[in-house]
Amino acid sequence: MVSAGPASRASASPDGIAIRLSGVTKAYDDRGLALGPLDLEVRAGEFVSLLGPSGCGKSTALRLIAGLSEPTAGQVALTGRGSGRRGGHSIGYVFQEPTLMPWATVRDNVRLPLTLAHVPAAEADRRVTEALARVGLGEFATVYPRELSGGMKMRVSLARALVTDPDVLLLDEPFAALDEITRFRLNNDLLVLWRDLGKTVLFVTHSVFESVYLSQRVAVMTARPGRIAAQIDIAVEDRNEDFRTSADYAGYCRQVSQALAGASGSRSGMSS
Amino acid sequence: MSEAEPQRRQGEENGRPHHRIGPLRVLLPIAVLIAGVVVWDLVVRLNEIPPYVLPGPGLVVRTLIADWPILGESLQVTLLTALEGFIAAAVGGMALALLFSQSKWLEFSLLPYAIILQVTPVIAIAPLLLIYLPQHLAVVACAWIVAFFPVLSNTMLGLNSVDRGLAGLFKLYGASPLQTLRHLKMPAALPYILGGLRIAGGLSLIGAVAAEIAAGAAGSGSGLAYRIAESGYRLNIPRMFAALVLLSAAGVVIYMGLALLSHLLLRRWHESALRKES
Repeated sequence: MVSAGPASRASASPDGIAIRLSGVTKAYDDRGLALGPLDLEVRAGEFVSLLGPSGCGKSTALRLIAGLSEPTAGQVALTGRGSGRRGGHSIGYVFQEPTLMPWATVRDNVRLPLTLAHVPAAEADRRVTEALARVGLGEFATVYPRELSGGMKMRVSLARALVTDPDVLLLDEPFAALDEITRFRLNNDLLVLWRDLGKTVLFVTHSVFESVYLSQRVAVMTARPGRIAAQIDIAVEDRNEDFRTSADYAGYCRQVSQALAGASGSRSGMSS
Repeated sequence: MSEAEPQRRQGEENGRPHHRIGPLRVLLPIAVLIAGVVVWDLVVRLNEIPPYVLPGPGLVVRTLIADWPILGESLQVTLLTALEGFIAAAVGGMALALLFSQSKWLEFSLLPYAIILQVTPVIAIAPLLLIYLPQHLAVVACAWIVAFFPVLSNTMLGLNSVDRGLAGLFKLYGASPLQTLRHLKMPAALPYILGGLRIAGGLSLIGAVAAEIAAGAAGSGSGLAYRIAESGYRLNIPRMFAALVLLSAAGVVIYMGLALLSHLLLRRWHESALRKES
């Protein structure tokens, strides 16, 4: 459970739901309603993509779930064991940018959440080493971020999100700025991590192809203020490069694209 | 899970221009210095200018050696004053910036007066300070007045230049204000603070000199600036030049020391230091 939160963050009932948004809206004084009302449920261990046009409020939804911002109305609920050990944190968050401290080595960047939680040095060392190994950066612990490629920086960011052993991983268009080859590789690596670690993943993207390839369910959002327009289950067992070129994949992509077109069509005249 | 080789950039890209430009950056200023001294010497010799108008470089050097017991002691006095003013400015400027970052009320109340103190010429304030404070303290206060503002404004700029994404990350992981200050704000502000300190180093020397000259008129001082004023009254022009050379050298050494400190602290990660290597 999220530690001592405001009234709007109640705990969800123990029915296997990890994230529950009910009637959540976010309004800004100067720009009006930016999001919602949004209703969304993500089961524990599920991989869900939040897909929508730029500016529909996908990132805002993620920030609300993480507690980085407070909803104007509605409820955000998170459940999870909240890992009893020190430095356990129920949420891992990967930003659009790698968001690394340029003055710290890869090791110290990944270690940050543990440092902030006063985890003893020996245990922190062990967990950082483990997280770095998991993203394939074991050899680069003492390197500074500027020496890394864009894809590797994103891996560091992912390792930092994993180091607290969170129940929920929130990813905000993490691979949007990467070249396609790197993105494909990271997509596959992310799937391996998800399968191995059994985390709940909520993945924000504006790529139809990425959402279909990665997730068990795609939640399609309307243009601003974003609401859930459709939810499409991607019932596929093996996700690999074969799936990417299969007829199934193309079919799902068409289905999601149509849902997305329908979602923006219903608001024609407002979105450009 | 392996990926493309890391872009270990500094070696390949920055290495080559370094070798070509490096020596020139040292040799060119030295060549200009030698040329200047030679021209100076020739002008004095060919026009037979008397030393009480313009002494030649040789005479200045001889004076510097001959008068070293007096000048060396004065150099120590001035350097100590500048150092005290600099430390007070560094500590005061950073502390004030930290206070301002904690409280907008304090910032709004005090910042205008910090600016007024900065824009009022120190040479005009010095005589007043000399009335109210003991001489040594007044001189240090002048050094502090001119030097603290760049530290204050640069630290404020640095503390406000924190990456928003990183600030969000610290919030997500429940960092305390003190942790945020230590692990995020101070490192992020460090390049700015060092830039402020580099300016403050030179300014503290200027402040000390301005105050010493103001105090020198009152007749009781022993710093280098006082020696310059005194030598002026006595028409001991070679000693004026010798003291001036020492002052400039002190300023250059202070600047280089702070630049080195900045380089050592930033070289691993900051763009400014990386470019400097090339």
